[in-house]
Amino acid sequence: MSFLREISPLVKNTFLSERDVLSICAAQIAAEIQQDERKNYNEVLDLSSGDLHRGGIKSITFVRQVLAACFYPALLEDDSLPLDVKQRADGLLRQCDGGSVGSYTDSCGIVKIKQCVSKFITRRDGGVPSSPDNIFITSGSQMLMLKLLVQSGGSCRTGVLIPVPTYATFTQALEDQGAAIIPYHLCEEQGWTLQVEELRRALHAGRRTCNPVALYICNPGNPTGIIQSRKSIEEVIRFAAEERLFLLADEVYQSCVYGEDTEFESYKKVLSEMGSTIASTVELASFNSASKGFMGECGLRGGYVELVNLDPAVKEYTRTLFSTRSSPPVGGQIALDLMTDPPKPGDPSFLTFSEVEVFGEIPGISCQPLKAGFFVFPCLHLPLRAIKWAKKKQMEPDMLYCLHLLEETGLHVRPGCEFGQRKDSYHFRFDTMEDALQRLKTFHKQFMKEFS
Amino acid sequence: MSENGALPHRGRVLTVDTMNPNVKKVDYAVRGPIVQRALQIEKELKEGVKKPFEEVIKANIGDAHAMGQRPITFFRQVMALCSYPQLLDDNKFPEDAKNRARRILQSCGGNSIGAYTTSQGIDCVRHDVAKYIQRRDGGIPSDPDNIYLTTGASDGIVTILKLLTTGEGRTRTGVMISIPQYPLYSASIAELGAVQVNYYLNEEKCWSLDISELQRSLQAAREHCNPRVLCIINPGNPTGQVQSRQCIEDVIRFAAKENLFLMADEVYQDNVYAEGCEFHSFKKVLFEMGPEYSRKIELVSFHSTSKCYMGECGFRGGYMEVINMDQEVKAQLSKLVSVRLCPPVPGQALMDLVVNCPQPGEPSYQTFMKERTAVLSALAEKAKLTEEILNTVPGISCNPVQGAMYSFPRITLPQRAINEAKAKGQAPDMFYCMKLLEDTGICLVPGSGFGQRDGTYHFRMTILPPTDKLKIMLHKLKEFHQTFTQQFA
Repeated sequence: MSFLREISPLVKNTFLSERDVLSICAAQIAAEIQQDERKNYNEVLDLSSGDLHRGGIKSITFVRQVLAACFYPALLEDDSLPLDVKQRADGLLRQCDGGSVGSYTDSCGIVKIKQCVSKFITRRDGGVPSSPDNIFITSGSQMLMLKLLVQSGGSCRTGVLIPVPTYATFTQALEDQGAAIIPYHLCEEQGWTLQVEELRRALHAGRRTCNPVALYICNPGNPTGIIQSRKSIEEVIRFAAEERLFLLADEVYQSCVYGEDTEFESYKKVLSEMGSTIASTVELASFNSASKGFMGECGLRGGYVELVNLDPAVKEYTRTLFSTRSSPPVGGQIALDLMTDPPKPGDPSFLTFSEVEVFGEIPGISCQPLKAGFFVFPCLHLPLRAIKWAKKKQMEPDMLYCLHLLEETGLHVRPGCEFGQRKDSYHFRFDTMEDALQRLKTFHKQFMKEFS
Repeated sequence: MSENGALPHRGRVLTVDTMNPNVKKVDYAVRGPIVQRALQIEKELKEGVKKPFEEVIKANIGDAHAMGQRPITFFRQVMALCSYPQLLDDNKFPEDAKNRARRILQSCGGNSIGAYTTSQGIDCVRHDVAKYIQRRDGGIPSDPDNIYLTTGASDGIVTILKLLTTGEGRTRTGVMISIPQYPLYSASIAELGAVQVNYYLNEEKCWSLDISELQRSLQAAREHCNPRVLCIINPGNPTGQVQSRQCIEDVIRFAAKENLFLMADEVYQDNVYAEGCEFHSFKKVLFEMGPEYSRKIELVSFHSTSKCYMGECGFRGGYMEVINMDQEVKAQLSKLVSVRLCPPVPGQALMDLVVNCPQPGEPSYQTFMKERTAVLSALAEKAKLTEEILNTVPGISCNPVQGAMYSFPRITLPQRAINEAKAKGQAPDMFYCMKLLEDTGICLVPGSGFGQRDGTYHFRMTILPPTDKLKIMLHKLKEFHQTFTQQFA
């Protein structure tokens, strides 16, 4: 009996990521290195996802000490742990039923942690109030929100506006729910900015084939690394108000901001300052996570969504939906508590880099300056021979580039074709670690020479 | 398609009319309105409001630690070592714990539990799970490639249901589930817009499963949908029955004959108490029935870190083993799980420890066995106690609690009570349970939340509170029932 024809069509449409040629190749090379097969590098540097720990960054000691003490409370008697660690762990354990992190928690998250999160938000937004009642702790993804918004049946598919480029997992999640994707292009020439005219064009095009209900923004941007200006945020909010769209603001990179002139302003803050009509009507879901930021604890799976101006009746349904998932993973909840209430003073909440012209001197690569997040999205100006070679191999040219890069340098990065880009343009998403940059520079010169 | 109809210019985008209608059909009694009232009462108690009781006893949810069960020391030691590897230099931790931690960390990116893992789950953990299954099933091989680590068993169950839900109208996927059932199934079926197909367990025969009832249910369902999936919970929730080997064989034969995809929820596999009862895994029985069945039947079985003797609900650890799934469908499944990136790494690590627990000769073995035995024997004692005490109450009838963590006794309600409930628009057993909560502080879940035969009423009560508290609770319940019966005579 073959089920293939008979499984959910929603699943069939989402695309494969981990089993792709690049990832398989990376795994193979890593295995070969283990077996001492000679390469001109001694490890694969995995920059394929925004995963700091995988890329070699160490975890924050305080976080891990608290986690260990929560998991094994006998450590609270230990001399080796500092007092503030013990106090924090003890406080968290008191919030858990039976004093154990093995208990289920409230389905929307431990109340005290939600209070921490809402205080963090209020501080971040210069005093704009936030209620723990509007905070929902998740295991890191936006899926439950999408479930509420997207009608999978019916005569008219729910449409969601998403930026191009965008990261693939979110697109997959949308397709998974049966939503129609309405792409709007960010403007590379102007630093990957969002142009309202482009939003309008996309929306009108979308209305011909589906029922657009939501507008998704990623700020700071992934893969682009830009930060939206306040003016741009206001334009987007006004647009959402006029066109009646639910705003989905993915703000997970909010604490990775570089450069002296750049500042992250949350959608919620800007919304609150746009006059009472807009401030009290535009519906907004803002996402944050413990996976990014200074902690980079992706594996713990901790995130939250703050819901602004949500219909109270819908909020009740949201709670019920969350209850069917039992409760969010406790490790992730602890990570959120520590992220939103880090020890004071002197904990580095911000990485302080200055604005970086990353690819200033490499012919054949041009790149918008890095403002925020972990990534840049440089544009490849590939020689014609390379493009033809790729097409002959039935591969996207930027995928070919990434494969060669992996083979020659051990750098695993993702090609632009996975994020979306204008036709006949090629990119790759890159993490600006020093070691990686060096490897890339050397490789790129050779590649361009080989295919000139 | 014509331009979308004009939306009103005032009012929200997301309302109860515009939201996903399937979400509105979702109910989950275990955390439903009665629990919300219980939490309110707890708050009132804290604020000093006087009540006929001093504390709320939450016997509604299968959360062992919340009720005072202690975690297994070895597991928590390894978890601490994984979180803060500096502790590997601390001589207070036993060597076997350190070895397990090192092994897990080595398979994590950057040697950290903070890195994403592959979406199917850490390789070495899946290998360990496969070995565990093989040992458990008397040597029948298990392929790590068929193991998917999940965020608790619930995540795996919803994922498989999602994979299988397709069709429209008369061809819409029907999912067969026992009545009574654990309401995750009904909630997920509603959320996915699949069709729920009920088959009744036989209360008179200790909640056993009759093939004739499966047949009846299937035939009736074929009139309006396409039943393709058969879900079994063994040991059962809420009923606690442990299926006999014969019954499992019969179910497999039935699934083969009727072309059904089997989902075996086996999260309570270590929770077996009654004499003469034994856990038989669906996979083991399947393979012992020979290639005619073992090469053909599509089966997914589920396990978790939340139940058994571990009770580690908060970590969200679990796995599913997928048997005889079409390779291309499996590829689709892999795609589906990749959307949520990966299951929480602490849960994956914990799952590893459960399937790779201390062995004889290892330093932690004795303590581990002592703790494990203490938990399971306490549960067995409480299972018996519950059955005995409840059966002394006129108007309450309780089947033996053969396994799992719950009793699901039948209660006889006076007609006046039933009428009053209906007048309030409340299910009669909800009415009963609400009154019980207000009068005694005991929080249970009414049988209507799990499903039951029309005209019968039940409640589900966990056997998890510590023995002394459980005895007090059962006696209070007895008193309440007698008072209630008199009051509504």
